[in-house]
Amino acid sequence: MRVAIASGKGGTGKTTVAVNLALSLPGRVQLLDCDVEAPNVHLFLHPSVEISEPAGIPVPVVDPELCNNCGECSRLCQYNAIVSLSTGTLVFPELCHGCGGCALICPERAITEKLRPIGVVEQGTARGLRTVHGCLNVGEALVPPLIRQVRAKADPEAIVLIDAPPGTSCPMITAVRGCDYVILVTEPTPFGLNDLGLAVEAVRALGIPCGIVVNRVGIGDGRVHDYCAAENLEILLEIPDDRRVAEAYARGIPTLDAVPELRSRFLQLASRLRNRLPRAADAALQKGGARAHL
Amino acid sequence: MKIVLTATGEVLDSQLDPRFGRAPWFILVDTDSGDIQTVENSSGVEAEQGAGVQAAEVVSRLGAQCVVTGHCGPRAFRALQAAGIEVFTGASGTVAEAVEQLKAGALEKAHGPDVVGHWA
Repeated sequence: MRVAIASGKGGTGKTTVAVNLALSLPGRVQLLDCDVEAPNVHLFLHPSVEISEPAGIPVPVVDPELCNNCGECSRLCQYNAIVSLSTGTLVFPELCHGCGGCALICPERAITEKLRPIGVVEQGTARGLRTVHGCLNVGEALVPPLIRQVRAKADPEAIVLIDAPPGTSCPMITAVRGCDYVILVTEPTPFGLNDLGLAVEAVRALGIPCGIVVNRVGIGDGRVHDYCAAENLEILLEIPDDRRVAEAYARGIPTLDAVPELRSRFLQLASRLRNRLPRAADAALQKGGARAHL
Repeated sequence: MKIVLTATGEVLDSQLDPRFGRAPWFILVDTDSGDIQTVENSSGVEAEQGAGVQAAEVVSRLGAQCVVTGHCGPRAFRALQAAGIEVFTGASGTVAEAVEQLKAGALEKAHGPDVVGHWA
């Protein structure tokens, strides 16, 4: 059972919701930090890292002895990562998206693949939760392959929460696609409203049901609430604009540890989510018993 | 010698396009025979990335020994160098004028890219 926590606008509180929801759900819960360009779940949960693996994309290596310079690979490649020149075939690994097509189409079988590292995937445990996060190497532009490698660690027996990257482009779609439910986090400002609208369109195009969390309620205006009512979108949780929430965030403390009266709201979010998920989720929620701290 | 020039149009009076990979036209001039051939670079104009790389492939397949353009980025330069093609940057005016600039020795041969890449 996979639930993504996403948003159109950045900085609305995806990680806050993901971390506090993970701590509020009973049973077997796994939290995947798919914001691989700026992973930050670990700043709140301080997991012990148990497994650390390099992640990469397969890039072509051309054997000049076998290559007859026919150019099939170059004609196939949509990203101009491999070119057939009069003097031989040249590879630009940094342009390669790792589809493997060139190796498949090469009539001379002159192309093999080697892994080009683009980041790291780390797995650990924190407060009874399994955590996985991906961290992209500085300077890398290809985000989706690493997100897919983080998602490949999803535990099929658990409730898997996915902290998605912001926006509505490839990284967000890669993190959200195939999930059973999406929680969209927004704030009641004109920017929040605009980007929520984009995110709702993206999630609807993917055919995934979604609900809304409105963070920092008290700032801005009522247009996000009006939009949700007009679009028949359920508001699952409202988090008030409270300086203590921001202070705890800045210190790397989960909200429900710092602001005890919000605990019940996150528990309510957990139970609402539970009711929105297919019955299959119940099995995961009953595994492993209750969280030790609750 | 066969020269490829980057152009905004398909005739010798067209302006030289300072961009190598995304120039809409390539004009091949054979300075020995005087033959001229034009090639539309639609795949470069529309390329998501690596326009310079694919342009280098086009130039290589045309059998040119030399490219005359405004600027050349790192990947295009690497591909042209691997194909044994000389690069002359800093050309301006019309395509015909750029040919004359090259013939007169007014253009400097590039020993590396003169602009940064668009990716990574």
